[in-house]
Amino acid sequence: MVKVNRSIGRIKSAKLQGEACGLHCIQVKNISVRDGANVIIEDINLHIHCGKITVIIGKNGAGKSTLIKTILGEIKHDGTIEFNDLKNQTLENLKIGYVPQYINLEKNNPMSVYDLFASFISNSPVFLRKNRKIKQQVLEQLSVFEAQDLIDKRACDLSGGELQRVLLSIAITPVPNLLLLDEPVSGIDKVGIQLFYHNISKLKSNFDLAMIIVSHDFDFVREYADHVILLDKTIVKEGTPDEVLDSEEFHRVFG
Amino acid sequence: MEILYKIIETLLPFSWVEYDFMKNALLAMLIITPLFGVLGTMIVNNRMAFFSDALGHSALTGVAIGTLFGMVNINLSMLIFAVLFALFLNKIKRKKTVSTDTVISVFASLSMAIGLVILSRGGNFAKYSALLVGDILSIKFNEVGMLFVILVITFVFWLLGFNKLYAISVNESLAKSKNININLMEDLFSVLIAIIVMSSVKWVGILIINALLILPAAASRNMSSNVREYHLFSILISLFSGITGLIISYYIGTATGPTIVIIAAIMFFITFLMSQVLKQKS
Repeated sequence: MVKVNRSIGRIKSAKLQGEACGLHCIQVKNISVRDGANVIIEDINLHIHCGKITVIIGKNGAGKSTLIKTILGEIKHDGTIEFNDLKNQTLENLKIGYVPQYINLEKNNPMSVYDLFASFISNSPVFLRKNRKIKQQVLEQLSVFEAQDLIDKRACDLSGGELQRVLLSIAITPVPNLLLLDEPVSGIDKVGIQLFYHNISKLKSNFDLAMIIVSHDFDFVREYADHVILLDKTIVKEGTPDEVLDSEEFHRVFG
Repeated sequence: MEILYKIIETLLPFSWVEYDFMKNALLAMLIITPLFGVLGTMIVNNRMAFFSDALGHSALTGVAIGTLFGMVNINLSMLIFAVLFALFLNKIKRKKTVSTDTVISVFASLSMAIGLVILSRGGNFAKYSALLVGDILSIKFNEVGMLFVILVITFVFWLLGFNKLYAISVNESLAKSKNININLMEDLFSVLIAIIVMSSVKWVGILIINALLILPAAASRNMSSNVREYHLFSILISLFSGITGLIISYYIGTATGPTIVIIAAIMFFITFLMSQVLKQKS
């Protein structure tokens, strides 16, 4: 627990954006994805405000990862995704941060955390000498999640929780409007999971961003989610954690 | 040209340096091996060994098509075919319906078979068998110059595109979220591999070219902890294998390409053992 508290302090001292204003919103309208005649997801409508955590739950094959990848713009789909600024009444470009479920990392992969980080956020070639300015930036961003000591380690030697924090730091560099996390705690031990949840709630209160998280952990859902979506090809039920987790539909799907 | 020859003769007072073909071969080695060392790092990272192997084999088809249409410049037909073949393989890979390795294997076999069928018409294949093993000793000075141009192009591409390619190899969705154009980068890289393989396959040989691409990088992986070391060791191991292989093959009268491969393979085993010993210590 001591570690957790320190990391909270860290976030406060790092570059803060101030609290979420709640005036940005992301609208997902009528999203459908088909693979030939096969419907993978259909008629998805979402309304997501900054400063809110939306959790997607559902069984395997319900289309959770497909929905995430569709919002990322990786999959061809019907429907639109818009980002609105309610204060200025403008349509803006949506900046998306993404934390993947896993990355390609076999043992003895010669990739340091710096290499991993810098390749995503800069054009300064990582096969040449480290760029001092980039290194400073990487350290700063890693320190948001107490991961600055990992910078010269090989990524394949990190524990699941450590790698998770590195990937989170990459995802919020630069700070996105929408942060997508695809089953972020698979392969992480208990302490790591606790730390992760604290980091998520601190992100929520200190950064001006919206989050969509795919999760199987219903304790987490009850405690942290603002809005829950039960997915089974389409949205079967949505609402507050209690509304969804105690609903008939939830018991039918997970029964 | 004369100046370069003079420098080599002064630096290396050995009997084999007296021959111009050895000087040309040495210069070619000094260009090809670092090129392969660098390219190999990304090929191994992206698990594209199969892909580069298929491209090497497609050289036969390129030659065959060139002779079939009576093209004066066979190099050009090889290059065009390889580039189209590489882009075609990428396209199929993106469909993601069948396992990539299988698809590549199917088309590589087909293209090689077509090449062999055309080239062996009238029992004439012996004329082309040099392509299989390659002959670095027959390289001309202006051809070395061409390789140098390609080395420069590769270096520029690496400076501008390496981070993006590397990010894609880590996780495509993550790369996408950072607005990296995945298809464009993959296509550019594949075309670059095609150009490099086609412009050096005559000297190194279809059967061996992939080993030269993969082995130095694989050996380097055994001892590197970051991308800088990975590149540095890969280039050094590649250079070392190339030059010692050239000299040894001269003295014992063997084909140069396979001799280099044996040395690179030995380097792989040495670095592998080293890494195991180090792991046990720690």
